[in-house]
Amino acid sequence: MQNKYDNEMNLEILSKSNNEAFARVTVAAFVSSLDPTIEEMADIKTAVSEAVTNCIIHGYEGREGIIKINCKISGRKLIVEITDTGKGIENVDIAREPLYTTKAELERSGMGFTIMENFMDELKVESIVGLGTKVTMTKNIKEN
Amino acid sequence: MNVDYDEKDKLLTFEITEEIDHHWSDKMRRQVDNEIERYIPKTVVFDFNKVSFMDSAGIGMLIGRYKAVKMLGGNLEIRNVKSSIRKILEMSGIPKIIKIS
Ligand SMILES: Nc1ncnc2c1ncn2[C@@H]1O[C@H](COP(=O)(O)OP(=O)(O)O)[C@@H](O)[C@H]1O
Ligand SMILES: [Mg+2]
Repeated sequence: MQNKYDNEMNLEILSKSNNEAFARVTVAAFVSSLDPTIEEMADIKTAVSEAVTNCIIHGYEGREGIIKINCKISGRKLIVEITDTGKGIENVDIAREPLYTTKAELERSGMGFTIMENFMDELKVESIVGLGTKVTMTKNIKEN
Repeated sequence: MNVDYDEKDKLLTFEITEEIDHHWSDKMRRQVDNEIERYIPKTVVFDFNKVSFMDSAGIGMLIGRYKAVKMLGGNLEIRNVKSSIRKILEMSGIPKIIKIS
């Protein structure tokens, strides 16, 4: 079967905090074929770290679960999908507001979604309470 | 992370050598709070010279340490911040409360 993307990668990890670094470095390595700038690379790593951390602390709330990371490249565009089957988000619009957090006691800043939105070109958040959350981010890597 | 305490100036310096994410900041927080309570310093410095990565876990950690240091009558400063990290600090309004030099 012909893939309609130029490249694709799937990664499944356990919801352990020591996998946060592994996930962001792996996505960065995948996109390196597009020769991104250091700044674009840092943006992607940070956004991936935010999404994966959210699955661990909010989605699974420290319990064990699986986080799926799907990355695709189409032309100069990177598409990253990060999915958990955790508790889900009741109101996505409120959750996306800067400084909104339901875990202030853990010293969360509520800046995760704001960073994903600012560091990537597009951010889509789909969630169903009790079923889980899928975050889709895209970034266009500039020609240099 | 390297810790240095200068008795004369009551200056406690943390040279951070790790990537600051949720995983590491949970550990770092405990160590920093222990040292702050031990020395009750006048100034606490986080040296970011060797920090190549920070996400929003760092924001929560910095605001939390700022409050802890303030409560004991001291000041917190961040030094040698790289441009990619400065971007996150500015986005979250940190420079308005913590001195960055
Ligand atoms: N994967 C997820 N599963 C469940 N809830 C989530 C998830 N991601 C985010 N949230 C909710 O959205 C809020 C805002 O997320 P974010 O902007 O990353 O801030 P923070 O992680 O600092 O709380 C979280 O406090 C949480 O309530
Ligand atoms: Mg978050």
